[in-house]
Amino acid sequence: MRRILMVSLCAVLVAFCLDLYAKSKQEDFPVPRPPFSEGIFPCSSCHAGMETNAKRRVLKDEHKNIVLKHAAEQRWCLDCHDAQNRDKLRLANGDHVDFEHSYELCGQCHGNIYRDWKAGIHGKRTGYFEGGQRMYMLCVNCHNPHDPAFKPLKPEPPPHRPLQKGPAHGK
Amino acid sequence: MGNRVYTRREFIKTLSVAAATGAAFSSLSSCTKEAREEFLQKRFVEMTDAEKKGVIARLEEKYRRAYGKQFQISTQGARPKTLWGYGLDLSRCIGCRRCVYACVKENNQSRYDPQLQWIRVIRLKKGSLINLEDSEHYYNPQEVPEPGFTYQPVQCQHCENPPCVKVCPVKATWKEPDGIVVVDYNWCIGCRYCMAACPYKGRVFNWADPKLPPEEANTAVHYLGNRPRYRNVVEKCTFCIQRVRSGRYPACVEACPTGSRKFGNLLDENSEIRYIIQHKRVFRMKEDLNTEPKFYYFFAT
Repeated sequence: MRRILMVSLCAVLVAFCLDLYAKSKQEDFPVPRPPFSEGIFPCSSCHAGMETNAKRRVLKDEHKNIVLKHAAEQRWCLDCHDAQNRDKLRLANGDHVDFEHSYELCGQCHGNIYRDWKAGIHGKRTGYFEGGQRMYMLCVNCHNPHDPAFKPLKPEPPPHRPLQKGPAHGK
Repeated sequence: MGNRVYTRREFIKTLSVAAATGAAFSSLSSCTKEAREEFLQKRFVEMTDAEKKGVIARLEEKYRRAYGKQFQISTQGARPKTLWGYGLDLSRCIGCRRCVYACVKENNQSRYDPQLQWIRVIRLKKGSLINLEDSEHYYNPQEVPEPGFTYQPVQCQHCENPPCVKVCPVKATWKEPDGIVVVDYNWCIGCRYCMAACPYKGRVFNWADPKLPPEEANTAVHYLGNRPRYRNVVEKCTFCIQRVRSGRYPACVEACPTGSRKFGNLLDENSEIRYIIQHKRVFRMKEDLNTEPKFYYFFAT
């Protein structure tokens, strides 16, 4: 009787630890839908019937508008997009993640930014910070993954100088 | 009358008191009920709930006549165990001024003539970060960020030890329990002493009647925050009191395209602002003046 109790207690503990481990791996953040281009997803609608050419090259037939300017010397398309299943992204160890969890892919190299993002202090925050819908934005909602460098913006007009009647803002 | 002699001095005293009461009575009774109620209104913190309701109703009617829209004036109080803090990432601000105009839109500020802005973005040369004498806030390049410069937005710092509150002669401005420094626009007399006392140029003044186009008015307002103001009162950033007391981010935080602005509750250990203060290199402006501002500047990278 005592042995049964000990064994079942151990089993419960092991199950609890495994559960915790599993939960820590799949920490989920409420993110919006990834900003796909019109009609491009699911990728398998075209790629399921195609042969995979894993040779590193400049694409000539399709996706010509994507020019990789993001560690282009060290990698190419199929290092992040899974070669067998184009609806998934590929982590460095070969694991698959879907596009809603693309932050795990970015976080592999940009670890300190990933830590800040998980804490909620990287990037744009909108909506409610408590008591409502707390939304995280995906990395790709602001950063183009193929060409992430931000272009300069045109600033809004400066304030009017004192004793000056300027034109109305926006008019 | 008795044995006492009625002197000339007593006669003039009685006459002047009678004249003053007569004048007050006639002037108060000759103006409209609304004007009389506004004149006799108490300070906001001294009002009972019933009086507050009456004031809100009167103001909503006044705004409806002036702007043609139904305003919802909230008097929502401070939440318990809350002290609002603000974070600004100087490594990411590009000086685009989207925050300035988002604030103007959200807070019903006078637009074109006069133009009032609560946020001022100053441009500083790289290498001499806190040299404010050399700063420029009228910069107007084609593109930002300009190489060699950093940008620092400044607004009311909501100090814990606010000099503006200390100097107000009528106590029209005070610090709320959740740390926001507010102005009661119906009590402010327009002496501008608070503007002289503020070390951060956080306050602006309505020199003329504010011009707010009715179609651009934001009707979700707070009595101490973004309701349309009048001539002769001081106004400033209120941390979007109408938003934060319901848990929403201020308008400037939502507008920033680079995510440089952060906001949260300093008394909540899990808030974003606490994480920033713990993990990043934070500083506050003019700390030597002991104003204890709650606006933390930091560098995330």
